[in-house]
Amino acid sequence: MSDHATMQAIARLVPEGSRVLDLGCGDGALLDLLQRERGCSGYGIELADANVLACVRRGVNVIQLNLDEGLAMFGDNSFDVVLQIDTLQHLRNAEVMLRETARVGQSGIVAFPNFAHWPNRLSVLRGRMPVTRRLPYQWYDTPNIRVGTYKDFEVLAYKNKLRILDAFGLQDGREVRWLPNALAGTAVFRFEHD
Amino acid sequence: MSFIATPQSMHFAEALRLQSGASIRDYTLAYETYGELNAARDNAVLVCHALNASHHVAGMYEGQPKSEGWWDNMIGPGKPLDTNRFFVIGINNLGSCFGSTGPMHKHPDTGEVYGADFPVVTVEDWVNAQALLLDRLGVAQLAAVMGGSLGGMQALSWTLQYPERVRHAVVVASAPNLTAENIAFNEVARRAIVTDPDFHGGHFYRHGVIPQRGLRIARMIGHITYLSDDVMNEKFGRQLREGMDLKYSTQDIEFQIESYLRYQGDKFSEYFDANTYLLITRALDYFDPARRHGGNLAQALAVARAKFLLVSFSTDWRFSPQLSREIVQALLENRRDVSYAEIDAPHGHDAFLLDDARYMGVVRSYFDSIAKELQGGQP
Repeated sequence: MSDHATMQAIARLVPEGSRVLDLGCGDGALLDLLQRERGCSGYGIELADANVLACVRRGVNVIQLNLDEGLAMFGDNSFDVVLQIDTLQHLRNAEVMLRETARVGQSGIVAFPNFAHWPNRLSVLRGRMPVTRRLPYQWYDTPNIRVGTYKDFEVLAYKNKLRILDAFGLQDGREVRWLPNALAGTAVFRFEHD
Repeated sequence: MSFIATPQSMHFAEALRLQSGASIRDYTLAYETYGELNAARDNAVLVCHALNASHHVAGMYEGQPKSEGWWDNMIGPGKPLDTNRFFVIGINNLGSCFGSTGPMHKHPDTGEVYGADFPVVTVEDWVNAQALLLDRLGVAQLAAVMGGSLGGMQALSWTLQYPERVRHAVVVASAPNLTAENIAFNEVARRAIVTDPDFHGGHFYRHGVIPQRGLRIARMIGHITYLSDDVMNEKFGRQLREGMDLKYSTQDIEFQIESYLRYQGDKFSEYFDANTYLLITRALDYFDPARRHGGNLAQALAVARAKFLLVSFSTDWRFSPQLSREIVQALLENRRDVSYAEIDAPHGHDAFLLDDARYMGVVRSYFDSIAKELQGGQP
């Protein structure tokens, strides 16, 4: 997910000059890109010590926080864009965090591995959980505790009254707009709250 | 083996008006500097000390082994705050007992030792005095101000009192104010000192005695609150001092933890001034920049212009992570640049003085980015 083309594809969705909150910002590469190339400002949220260090090293603002504790620190609509890039699948309270993302941001962008991508389906048809470049873990050691599909997210967004502004798949850094639930390893949604 | 540090002092004849309305004149500030102030005069870092530390932040004194400064692991050539790049300044605060004017010195009007008459000083007063010293050193703007615990309060206060003079603030294991429990610990320590028969209302110098019993107990209480339950258990557990058997005594030292606390108390009571302890704990109690803003910290921090790094430690219950988060939240509301690291360390409040690779790494990286910024590169 950290490959450059994918990051560029996500960055294109963020309006220039936006105030951004990046939930699970990893080593801060995306925020760094948004700051340098799109004049954005903002903060990353991270739990892992090594990633916090990497962000400070890059000069990216980072707040060390466990997202499972919520976003109480942040006010309603306090950011233009809240990002959850490859974060949702690690969250125990994924639905609560989705609502929090919508509350804190004017808009939200969520990207996560699409479990319905055809190689994954094939693997399950063969009776085995998928192990791919996108989902490189065995079923017993995966950190991905929320496995969902592109379509599943549509249903969850509808349930939480989120207005989907754009949705597509990403595969090898390219946008997939035809049959994304089958043809893309990554699902991307841009939405806002009512 | 660290580098050689040389203490210096600076005299100020002119009266400094204090927050209380009182003033103090003809006072001296002890300080040390490490590294070189560059030609642009923009690489200065002020390091503020906490309760029982001083201007001797790093390095050691000539011919005195084991005289390393209190933050020698953090500051020096090649250390996280690298004195090869930064000009580091440590200042002993007014009212302290390590060289700056304090209660053990003579009042310039009366010629009598101040004792209990030394004026109550606040974090804000200290910052004002530090600013005067920086003026004389020719430092108009600090690349950073840094401190832990009470030192962190001074760093925070710098960004509010002199927002245009601070580019970065590094605030470690600190708080926007003390909780009731925290003030309570300070009060117990103060009562221990004040009720010592040798205290003589703060004028013990005249009687040629020192309220050492009070100081010992104050230090023992303090020490307990600087450690975590876990680290105390790991270090001492229920170990007995001699042999395996209970002595069935109520007054002998039996447990190792008792022995340790008494040792710490004894050591402290030999070098620390009782009135200084009262003054500094009071300054801790009083610090509360939100007070003048109806308790609204975000409003109080609105004037800050600095970029911030905050660090807290998970097992620090005296200056808990929650208190650091309050500062972070107030900075977020003001859209200030802030990074916050919450280090999962077992050592309680003491962790801010200890080596931890994650903690040291974050501080080092932050100062690296300040250094880059000074060279005109991307921060």
